Amino acid sequence: MQTKRMTFSSGWLPYLLLTPQVAITLVFFVWPASQALWQSMLRQDPFGLRTTFVWFRNFQRLFDDPHYLISLKTTAIFSLATTVLAMSLSLLFAVMVNRMIRSRDAYTTFLVWPYAVAPAIAGVLWWFIFNPSVGILPYMLRGLGIDWNHRLDGTDAMILVVIAAAWKQISYNFLFFLAGLQSIPQSLIEAAAIDGAGRFKRFWTIVFPLLSPTTFFLLVVNIVYAMFDTFGVIHATTEGGPAQATHILVYKVFRDGFVNNNLGSSAAQSVILMAIVIVLTVVQFRWIERRVNY
Amino acid sequence: MARIVMESLSKVYSGGVQAVSDVSLDVADGEMIVLVGPSGCGKSTLLRMVAGLETITSGTLHIGDTLVNGLEPAQRDIAMVFQNYALYPHMSVYDNLAYGLRNRGVPKPEIDRRVQAAAEMLQIGEFLPRKPRALSGGQRQRVAMGRALVREPAAFLFDEPLSNLDAKLRVQMRVEIRQLQKRLGTTSLYVTHDQLEALTLADRLVVLNGGRIEQVGTPMDLYRRPETVFVAGFIGSPAMNMIESAWARATSGLPDGLPAGSDLIGVRPDDLTLAAQPGGLALTGRVALLEPAGAESHVYVTLSNGQTVTYRTQGLPDLTEGAAITLHAPLSALHPFNTATGKRTG
Repeated sequence: MQTKRMTFSSGWLPYLLLTPQVAITLVFFVWPASQALWQSMLRQDPFGLRTTFVWFRNFQRLFDDPHYLISLKTTAIFSLATTVLAMSLSLLFAVMVNRMIRSRDAYTTFLVWPYAVAPAIAGVLWWFIFNPSVGILPYMLRGLGIDWNHRLDGTDAMILVVIAAAWKQISYNFLFFLAGLQSIPQSLIEAAAIDGAGRFKRFWTIVFPLLSPTTFFLLVVNIVYAMFDTFGVIHATTEGGPAQATHILVYKVFRDGFVNNNLGSSAAQSVILMAIVIVLTVVQFRWIERRVNY
Repeated sequence: MARIVMESLSKVYSGGVQAVSDVSLDVADGEMIVLVGPSGCGKSTLLRMVAGLETITSGTLHIGDTLVNGLEPAQRDIAMVFQNYALYPHMSVYDNLAYGLRNRGVPKPEIDRRVQAAAEMLQIGEFLPRKPRALSGGQRQRVAMGRALVREPAAFLFDEPLSNLDAKLRVQMRVEIRQLQKRLGTTSLYVTHDQLEALTLADRLVVLNGGRIEQVGTPMDLYRRPETVFVAGFIGSPAMNMIESAWARATSGLPDGLPAGSDLIGVRPDDLTLAAQPGGLALTGRVALLEPAGAESHVYVTLSNGQTVTYRTQGLPDLTEGAAITLHAPLSALHPFNTATGKRTG
């Protein structure tokens, strides 16, 4: 890619043009982030009368806390399951819609709708569908001999939040996959057909590798979504329960900070989350992106 | 190696558009057939029907002895070279060539032997480990050719393979394709809109217009004796001059002896002379433009009815723009047509 170099005759204009961008970054990222960083090294007494500077003690305590380590593992399982489910289903939908000719637009519109639903509403929706007392799915599952109760069973609860969270993200992934599929030249598929590759072989050896930049981008977006944007879904369905089975890190930040009023620990957790995101993104873009470009 | 026999092939799209109508053509084993016509004439559709990329609405298609109407592209034993080459961008040149063989379960040593042989034939050996994006247009074109010939198919199908190349490379690749095809003796169908490409490559030429075959024949047959007004205007550059016989009879000399019903007379720019041709056609007008083109020159002459005719001559003629001029053509060089039928009258 060629980059165009601009030269400014006056010294202040480039800075002026950058100001809005910098201002937004300062107000919405640097300021709160540094607040969190500062707060993560403070410790308040239960009545909020005295605040002590404790250096990295909050972090130390966190990593000694088995609950925190379990939450870390829960988050990993939840993010991975949500990402895999959301991405594979949306890819399937995109491939199927891409093969349609006449009703493509209608299906695309329908499949995009879930994206317009607020996370909490999506959570409530699935909560009703899976409700052990009044939900339709547990009723049907009981008919199959499966006893569904996400209020008591941790695995059921995890499945519920994964489905609810993935459902929200499918629309977004679908749009990107569809655009990606449509940008693959038809002649490549035809060449592969003449070269003797069947439908599945064509997909796995031609289409899927050519989609890899899209897949990679969505992988980053989905993991970040699952780790950070799913608070609403969890809060509306399981509230992190039962027995903290769906207590992901973001939810724990909220519980510890705003319910249990342990602001220092909560701040320390957000700092760790921030670090995870930064590391994740850097690793993905530095290491994986190189391999997916062709 | 195979014969390709098309019988009354038609293609009607779901919207009712008739892209190909009633095309019958017998392609002999080892023959190079060029399908030529203006854009939208159905030539690419016909090729894609042979490839199996478009369904056949009616008619039958045999490749070899097999009726292939219902067969998938992969089962037809054909290889195709696409206009945009359609190389797999994520695979190396080697893998691009080997892909079709791997899909058919050809043993590894055999794949390697064939890929190396094709690479040597096309002089792309040094590019085998590279990805297509690291190649120039001409090199990509060779890889696309290589991908077709490693398969050793019954027929090659070319869909305007040279139209993305610059003029010089196009001529070079045209010669190479022809030499390669002659050496391998593989039956080939070649689609182009470039009549020069068509004339130079074809054993036989098929001129298509509006989904129908206008004329089939050797390039020189079509050039010397176009059967329709369309073919007369399409084959040959600069295009054939078309003169209304009524006007010619009234103003200049129109020879007797033309068949009845000939209301349009075609004459090639090369067949016009400054020297008088007794018993021939004479056209009087003024030199509108003199266009030197190296070894030859094109002279545009405006006739008294406002029509412009082209006269081609060797070297640079001693003519001045605006001067009066009379062009002559012998009777034998005239192509008489009837405008109502669009056909040749004799």
